[in-house]
Amino acid sequence: MSSDTEVSESRRGALKCLAFGGAGTLFVLSGGVLAPIDLAMAASKKARHSVAGIPLFLQISDTHIGFSKEANPDVAGTLKQTIDLVNAMPVKPALTIHTGDITHLSKPEEFDMAAQLLAGLNITELHTVPGEHDVTDGPGTEYFNRFGQPSGNRGYYSFDHNGVHFIALVNVMNFKPNGLGGLGDDQLAWLEQDLKGRSASTPIVVFAHMPMWTIYEPWGWGTGDADQAMTHLRRFGSVTVLNGHIHQIVQKVEGNITFHTARSTAYPQPTAGNGPGPGPLKVPSDQLPKMLGVTSIKILAHPLSASLTDTTLS
Amino acid sequence: MLTKSLGHSFTNAFAVVMLFTAVSLSGIGAAEAQDANTVVMKNFDFSPMSLTVKAGTTVTWKNLDGEPHTVVSADGFFRSHALDQDDTFTFKFDKPGTYKYVCSIHPKMMAAIIVQ
Repeated sequence: MSSDTEVSESRRGALKCLAFGGAGTLFVLSGGVLAPIDLAMAASKKARHSVAGIPLFLQISDTHIGFSKEANPDVAGTLKQTIDLVNAMPVKPALTIHTGDITHLSKPEEFDMAAQLLAGLNITELHTVPGEHDVTDGPGTEYFNRFGQPSGNRGYYSFDHNGVHFIALVNVMNFKPNGLGGLGDDQLAWLEQDLKGRSASTPIVVFAHMPMWTIYEPWGWGTGDADQAMTHLRRFGSVTVLNGHIHQIVQKVEGNITFHTARSTAYPQPTAGNGPGPGPLKVPSDQLPKMLGVTSIKILAHPLSASLTDTTLS
Repeated sequence: MLTKSLGHSFTNAFAVVMLFTAVSLSGIGAAEAQDANTVVMKNFDFSPMSLTVKAGTTVTWKNLDGEPHTVVSADGFFRSHALDQDDTFTFKFDKPGTYKYVCSIHPKMMAAIIVQ
């Protein structure tokens, strides 16, 4: 059930962290140290009492509604399976974050189908950011028609839930010439303002489509001006950065900041450099469900920490 | 008798012409994998990266990758919608010049059409 995860050490080399994705594994990140918690124990009455009232969120990513080639001819089907999996979770997440590539080709009918399917989630609150596949028409007309309201059509916005401050960023509308994503000066200025005056003990969750750290530049896996964003975030005691785009889990911990990319619900991609490019990866059909999934995020206040659980379809 | 020999000659000549045509066509087929005015997207590259055509030519782009690509003129002259695998996009180049373009989803993919 566990999936291989590529991990890069934090620059300060202070921590080595390895998180396994798969049903049945839960790790708690506290003060930068990962400690495994047996799911069975977590489900016991004693543990449940201690986790009661802790905000729990769901990250879903790269649903690619409209894709129909070999790597997965039925992305609507695997999304439905994912939703069934989420609806069956013992603790219901309070809200869903979709980290983009909702659709495959930005088509209206694809957005319609995605909305229809996502409405099947028993979690009613949905927050999204666009992936590059959602804004292929340039201005992202279809995406913003449907999801532009929270951000006044800018794409970036923030909101609070149960003491956690969520920040939605767009890094697919300002690409750098080297192929990395970009945030742009306006968004960076807004971010600085948004964080000003907030207590460092406020748990922060940042979500954006493309990885906010450089995983593999030749394939555009990174955000050119993310460092500027991170300087504003570094003073906070717990920052969780949730990304998608690469259709596989890669994690990095840097001080109080955890970076995490999620699996897709549609199809996997090759690991960095292992192929001609970051396109759909065809795997044997019995392997596919093991490479698709979602992530649950739990934010703890005392001690200030975040725990992430990656679950696969099988 | 004459008819018969004429018939044979004609058949032979016809056969020779057909053979020549077949050889010529296959020769063209082998020398160029794609049409002269076509650019393909393959392995996250535009191929050829530079294509020279005469003014008035319609250029066709075809995506051979499993990942969608777009064809976006750097100067705003043309823009395709997202091209899925095997989708095509065409644009007619009337005015001479150099037309640089990129894939807007994967901006490292850059190429140009030179119109003469």
